[in-house]
Amino acid sequence: MSTTVVNTGTEGKTWGGGNQPLKASYGKMMMWFFIVSDALTFSGFLAAYGFSRFKFIDSWPIADEVFTHFPFLHGVDAPMYYVAFMTFVLIMSSVTMVLAVDAGHHLNKGKVTIYMFLTIIGGLIFVGSQAWEWNTFIKGDYGAIQTKGGNILQFVDTDGNRVALRDFAIVDTHKERTQQERKNGLWFVSEGTLPTYTVEEVFNGLEANENVLVRTQIINEHGEKTVLSREASLKQIKENGKLVVEGANLHVNEYGSPLFADFFFFITGFHGFHVFSGVIINIIIFFNVILGTYERRGNYEMVEKVGLYWHFVDLVWVFVFTFFYLV
Amino acid sequence: MAHEHKLEIFRGLVKFKSNTQKIWGVLIFLTIVTVVEVALGIFKPEALMAQFLGMKILNWIFIILTLVKAYYITWDFMHMRDEVKALRRMVVWTAIFLILYLLFILLQEGGYIESIYTSGYVKRDF
Repeated sequence: MSTTVVNTGTEGKTWGGGNQPLKASYGKMMMWFFIVSDALTFSGFLAAYGFSRFKFIDSWPIADEVFTHFPFLHGVDAPMYYVAFMTFVLIMSSVTMVLAVDAGHHLNKGKVTIYMFLTIIGGLIFVGSQAWEWNTFIKGDYGAIQTKGGNILQFVDTDGNRVALRDFAIVDTHKERTQQERKNGLWFVSEGTLPTYTVEEVFNGLEANENVLVRTQIINEHGEKTVLSREASLKQIKENGKLVVEGANLHVNEYGSPLFADFFFFITGFHGFHVFSGVIINIIIFFNVILGTYERRGNYEMVEKVGLYWHFVDLVWVFVFTFFYLV
Repeated sequence: MAHEHKLEIFRGLVKFKSNTQKIWGVLIFLTIVTVVEVALGIFKPEALMAQFLGMKILNWIFIILTLVKAYYITWDFMHMRDEVKALRRMVVWTAIFLILYLLFILLQEGGYIESIYTSGYVKRDF
């Protein structure tokens, strides 16, 4: 057909195609759009956390009392210092990343290599710290009793300091209860690890120690957890105590509502997974830098793109830090 | 690709000589904000424990400081300051609008369920 139009007559006009209104390359723009969608995923998690927290506003665990440990400092009450350190490490690695991007703009291969390396180290320190934090959280410290209704009862002395189960429970040396395994008792049926103490042993210990009291989950008007009187303490454990809880998992949680532990695992886990994949991507880019891929290409835009992702991970952590540890 | 950077922060109050200098400047600012947050979180000044718009004043301060940090991370580390307006608005307003909507719905519902619990229709302290 000789009448086929090969020329639309719109070249050079706004809708003629071929112009870039956003003045960003395809890759960078797609990274931004991925970040928007990922930000919505994280807000979904954090908003769900907010939902559960508003639902149990008068009995939610107090974060300063949960995260009080610092590596190599045993028995020292150090609320939040370690998370603050982790935050700083991540911001610092964000800085080395942006310095790498800047060096890339100047096509300075040596500097990009060094800064990428430092960024990877920062990421590894952060992931390691998170692993430590999880380990401490899962193992727990003081132990608690769960009631029939699923509430957590913790123990304090008369000055309000926390008391661990191991400090007052009276161990019954004639205890007969052993862990059910697949090979004994009911065949091919097993159960999880038994707690160190039984509710009865804890109750006996409570009875024998005049200065130990029960602390409930309910937050009073001073923003502190309610401590029961001596009689009420004994009555609560005797009548409602059902299960000894040590540490936390997806079912039970010695710090308070099981939902707190669930959200802790999901939100910090999802974020930690992002940091981990960020480290992997950074390592790939790092080797590409060393091999001179981007030098031959004549631009370091790949560094900029992973940089966006890496900063996003830092950005999310800023929010997780606030909503999980501060507020 | 243009590599020009806008080197002013705080609406022109502080102006840096080079991009590298700006990065360090922003780091110092972010560190100060984080230290203030942690200090407030540990000492919890009594004056900030009063309720304001359904939350403690202290919590509002934490949220505002977080948004300030998020702004500087996005604007200076992610170079949002140097992007064109259209890209900036596409990314920022979409996220902010959807997140506010989600937060409103979920927090409203959470508060409602809490009121059901506390008005005694559901017993859970046993």
